Amino acid sequence: MLYIKCPHCGMRPQIEFSYGGDASVKRPELNKDVSDQDWDDFVYNRKSLRGKHLELWQHISGCRQWIKVERDTSTHEISRTFKADEEVA
Amino acid sequence: MSQNFRIENVGLINKDKKLCFKFNGKKYFGYEGDTLASALLANGVHLVGRSFKYHRPRGFFGAGVDEPYAIVQLYRNNETEPNIKATEQELFEGLEAKSVNCWPSVNFDIGAINNFLKIFLPAGFYYKTFMWPKSFWYRIYEPFIRKAAGLGVASIKHDKERYEHKYEHCDLLIAGSGPSGLSSAYAAAKNGAKVILAEDKPRFGGSLLTSDVNIGNQSGKEWAEGIIAELKTMPNVVVKNRSQIFGYYDHNMLVMSEKVSDHLPATKKYHPNKRLWYIRAKEVLISSGSIERPIVFGNNDTPGVMLSSAAKEYLKVYGVLVGRNPLIFTNNDSGYETAIEFKKHGVDPIVLDSRKNPESEIINEAKNIGINIKNSYVVVAAQGYKKVKSADIASISDDKKQLGKIENIQCDCICVSGFWTPTIHLASQSGNKTKFKEEIDAFIPGQSKQNERTLGAANGVFSLEETLKTSFAAGSELSKKITENDNEVLIPNVVEKKSSKHDKFWCVPLPEGKNYKRFLDFQNDVSVSDVEIALKEGYRSIEHVKRYTTLGMATDQGKTSNLNGLQLVSEIENKVVPAVGHTTFRPPYTPVSIGAIVGREIGKHSKPTRKSPMHAWHEKNNAVFVDAGVWLRPRYYKRGNENLFEGSKREAKNVRTNVGVCDVTTLGKIDIKGPDAAELLNRVYTNAWLKLPVGKARYGVMLREDGIVMDDGTTTRISENHYHMTTTTAQAANVLSHLEYYLQLVWPELNANVVSTTEQWAGAAIAGPKSRDLLQKLFPNSNVSNEGLPFMGYMEDDLYGVKARIFRISFSGELAYEINVESDNGNFMWEKIMEVGEEFKIQPYGTEALSTLRIEMGHVAGSELDGRTIPYDNALESLVSKKKDFIGKRSLQRTAFIADDRQRIVGVVPLDKKTSIPEGSHLVKDANAPLPNPKLGHISASCWSVEYDNPFSLAILKDGKNMIGEKLFVMSPLKNKVIPVEIVSSHYVDPKGERVRS
Repeated sequence: MLYIKCPHCGMRPQIEFSYGGDASVKRPELNKDVSDQDWDDFVYNRKSLRGKHLELWQHISGCRQWIKVERDTSTHEISRTFKADEEVA
Repeated sequence: MSQNFRIENVGLINKDKKLCFKFNGKKYFGYEGDTLASALLANGVHLVGRSFKYHRPRGFFGAGVDEPYAIVQLYRNNETEPNIKATEQELFEGLEAKSVNCWPSVNFDIGAINNFLKIFLPAGFYYKTFMWPKSFWYRIYEPFIRKAAGLGVASIKHDKERYEHKYEHCDLLIAGSGPSGLSSAYAAAKNGAKVILAEDKPRFGGSLLTSDVNIGNQSGKEWAEGIIAELKTMPNVVVKNRSQIFGYYDHNMLVMSEKVSDHLPATKKYHPNKRLWYIRAKEVLISSGSIERPIVFGNNDTPGVMLSSAAKEYLKVYGVLVGRNPLIFTNNDSGYETAIEFKKHGVDPIVLDSRKNPESEIINEAKNIGINIKNSYVVVAAQGYKKVKSADIASISDDKKQLGKIENIQCDCICVSGFWTPTIHLASQSGNKTKFKEEIDAFIPGQSKQNERTLGAANGVFSLEETLKTSFAAGSELSKKITENDNEVLIPNVVEKKSSKHDKFWCVPLPEGKNYKRFLDFQNDVSVSDVEIALKEGYRSIEHVKRYTTLGMATDQGKTSNLNGLQLVSEIENKVVPAVGHTTFRPPYTPVSIGAIVGREIGKHSKPTRKSPMHAWHEKNNAVFVDAGVWLRPRYYKRGNENLFEGSKREAKNVRTNVGVCDVTTLGKIDIKGPDAAELLNRVYTNAWLKLPVGKARYGVMLREDGIVMDDGTTTRISENHYHMTTTTAQAANVLSHLEYYLQLVWPELNANVVSTTEQWAGAAIAGPKSRDLLQKLFPNSNVSNEGLPFMGYMEDDLYGVKARIFRISFSGELAYEINVESDNGNFMWEKIMEVGEEFKIQPYGTEALSTLRIEMGHVAGSELDGRTIPYDNALESLVSKKKDFIGKRSLQRTAFIADDRQRIVGVVPLDKKTSIPEGSHLVKDANAPLPNPKLGHISASCWSVEYDNPFSLAILKDGKNMIGEKLFVMSPLKNKVIPVEIVSSHYVDPKGERVRS
């Protein structure tokens, strides 16, 4: 079971969180024309990365904040976590 | 029967307490502190089971977790448990056990014919044989395999035992209480670190219980007892015996199974049988020790052949002689330790040492006390069927290829020592890439991946002095890092005998003209020839060889067989062992009861049960409940002998004619506040929300980004910047997360907040033509006329002193209202409604009547919003704004979603107006078409229309828009029904929606 550092609450076990997918996906802006390809990429197409992956988790049984977690998909190592509004450098 | 093989005044058992037990129906005696294995051996019982494949007789090979064969079926307190290792099961009064894998008995086993047919059961036998002809699979092969598979029988009764889970954090978790575990625990504890020390056996001390060493002027055993006693007094230390750390998971979480009651005749009241500990440790020290390796020779599975360390343990811990005429076969000094113990207790062993001229302190001692030692000698084969009777022995050439003349010598047991294999399972599970250590012919942990360190024999360090030195240092260093204390602990003096080098020899060649079975894996009956065949057939990867031959599989996980298997592959392949590599060690290290893994989360504890504040009233009024997610909701209120069909029909009819009341507390409720709340709703729902006035409700549908309907419900504008959203019962949690996702991540600029208020409000829907009259009586001071409180209107009032919210919304399609009060007042509200409603012939109605009412009206619910439908499919396209953007809008342009023959909701009526249509049935054009009959749609929900008194269903049907009036067939192969039907509008009752507005 992963041990995730919630930037708001501290170290918490994985069972308090739910997974939210790739954090690098940007929703196309509202009221703008979006090509089929771009929309498809936004809704469906995801990379299955081996290595560091920036992903979303929600601290659903805690502070309910969505956070960004940098996790290595092959080792499960979590290098950094960020608040929703924090820029990832 | 008497305990002929027990010796006086030896062992750690309690000879004052005699215990009676039964094995295969026969009565025996043992002592408190015995294992089932030691007690049987004390009684001279060596035959415990039959092997997996060939049904060869099986005895005891080890004395603990290393045991591959002595697996029994245990009977305790009217329960039975398979897969119990006799070497681990502690004896208790009245214990009963039986052999497994034999029929009719362990002494006469018909399956043993396989032993003579073994030429037909080589490696990969199952793969080769059961492949063809295909038609044989179900009738012949599968039943045969099922019968032959597995060891023991699982109980089919409900498990009455209680299992608990516990979560714990610590600074240092130490696995194993041998010399390294004790030293590191002690050093860390002295620095104030929070330590958990786990020992899988009942007794602490590991190898110190049986080895002839001195630590700080005491025997190893006394030193261990002293350390444990001191650790137990320290508040920062938890010391647990009978507790096996069986798995090492991510981020330094380890799981430990504590056997709380297995050593007792019955579990004590309020005690669990087992306790599973989930331990998050800052640092882990693995001091799991090592397991002796066998040497492979002919018939090396005969009962009476066992590990030399096991023979020593039976003697020193249990005072049991495994034989009176022992032969010891070794390639290192460990065999001599066992020989010396035998000799000390008046038994004359013979030692065969594969080495030519070994010299060491311990060998000298053995010589000095007159032990018969034969150098450059090996056991070629054990003789005897159900028990060793003699051994064929021979000298062996220096290159270990040539055997000398074969002699037969009498013996009643053969104790084997092929040197030691570090127990690296936990380190390997942690992700540690192990490395091969040439000096010991075994793998040890390599670079740590998590915060773990392996010490002592588990790390390939077999010198006690070095083990203590490194373990004290590790305990101090790691605890200092955490507690910043640096209390010096003196490392005691160690007196131990120095060993000479072991012989890199593991397998005795076959003598000419003999074809003895030489076993590598005793649990799975894998022999040298099986691995040879696998390699000949082209299997190269060790992982493939494992699966093809079953070497190292099952509950044993290769504890004694792994390295010898690798040695064999490396020899045939002409590769070094590290190039062959080892198979993956997977948790659990030893079998763990399913009950322990499940813990308390069984039966009604498997999920939470949520009840509305009116639950007690429903119970009192004969409600029959149904699970709605985790909620319990009244399905119908039973009157007399009514069944579900009759009861729900009565309730639904009463709504259509008078007034009914339904508990709608379970609906999800979300409070939305902030100046941008309307904008949020406008983006989340498909319809427009910016112009909703205060005091008005609106129905909305929300989509996922892929265009599929996520949920529906009404949202009411309570005040300028305050909205009250309702969701379906099932989607309440998901919708909240969904809103939080967009507010926090996608549109953080929106100034709005959301919070769940599902628990805060109790809800009652009153529906039916008389609901307004009832409402007026409940709220006499308000104008609840059609003008005062129009459809989709909202007001607040006082219900007999209780603050209430009144919404004019309807799911039943009747004139209806929903009243919310704070949860604590829910029951009060309900009773008032019932009391005041009496004159209007009010009846409570459950979910079944609710379904009937909504189905007749063509209102969609979860069975239509099933994660596969878009708004059009549910006839909700009028709610999809063409002007504004919203979540999922772009997806609605997908080709499939705008296809001319897109599926759509329709009504379905059986032509005979009598036959009920099973939900989930398929709609087809031609009932007699050949299979697979093209499916046009499916029945999503069915009811008995109370309005028209005939069955009515909703269906999602291909090209539904153009199918009204068509005649189709409903097919339900499960219910064996074919029903001719007519497709009608989904709005079966009140298609213009006049009642809700009346």
